[in-house]
Amino acid sequence: MEDRKKLAIIVTQGTLDWAYPPFILASTAAALGYEVQMYFTFYGLQLLKKNLDLQLTPLGNPAMPVALPVIAQTLPGMQAMVSSMMKAKIKSKGVASVEELRDLCIEAEVRMVACQMTIDLFDFNKSDLIDEIEFGGAATFFEFAGQSDVSLSL
Amino acid sequence: MSYFDQELDATGLHCPLPILRAKKTLNSMESGQILYIIATDPGALKDFSAFSKQTGHALLESRELDGKCYFYLKKK
Repeated sequence: MEDRKKLAIIVTQGTLDWAYPPFILASTAAALGYEVQMYFTFYGLQLLKKNLDLQLTPLGNPAMPVALPVIAQTLPGMQAMVSSMMKAKIKSKGVASVEELRDLCIEAEVRMVACQMTIDLFDFNKSDLIDEIEFGGAATFFEFAGQSDVSLSL
Repeated sequence: MSYFDQELDATGLHCPLPILRAKKTLNSMESGQILYIIATDPGALKDFSAFSKQTGHALLESRELDGKCYFYLKKK
């Protein structure tokens, strides 16, 4: 269908908190009838791994609603602890997991493109990534983004 | 309203799941059929109105009662 609206998203972050906006917006846009393409680059590539073990850190993240003194945030194991607390909270509140939202995007035929340069730069192993993706560069992104109605960088 | 062809219980689900589940259910329905949705996400009232406007599935009824939202959507 040529008359469908198009949404292009660049995903540059790979932490648990930053994983939500792109997958929520992509899956919702797809449900609204948009044709959606997500372009994953730099740390965003982490979101394409088969086994997600996403973390977040309270360090340098003053907006995070965790009351911890900065000195405590630097303690070893703090990142893992805060990440597992956040995952437990997400689950208990009935908010979808990142895996679930990603699956819903795939099911809705959201096209996912992984940045080839980042794969090479960080020595990613393609077999660690999910199968439903393509590989491409900046020109590949613009092929779609150039005709999109909405473009977001997240 | 009381008549519907399919029911979707989206209670306990948060944005964007009620919309995504509704879309998935609508996909399995015939044009003109009615989907009845129950949700507890307070954002659902605005979201289903926006969903209806953008997709063309008519929102026949939308109401909130005792912390629950009820919707009747007619498939385009």
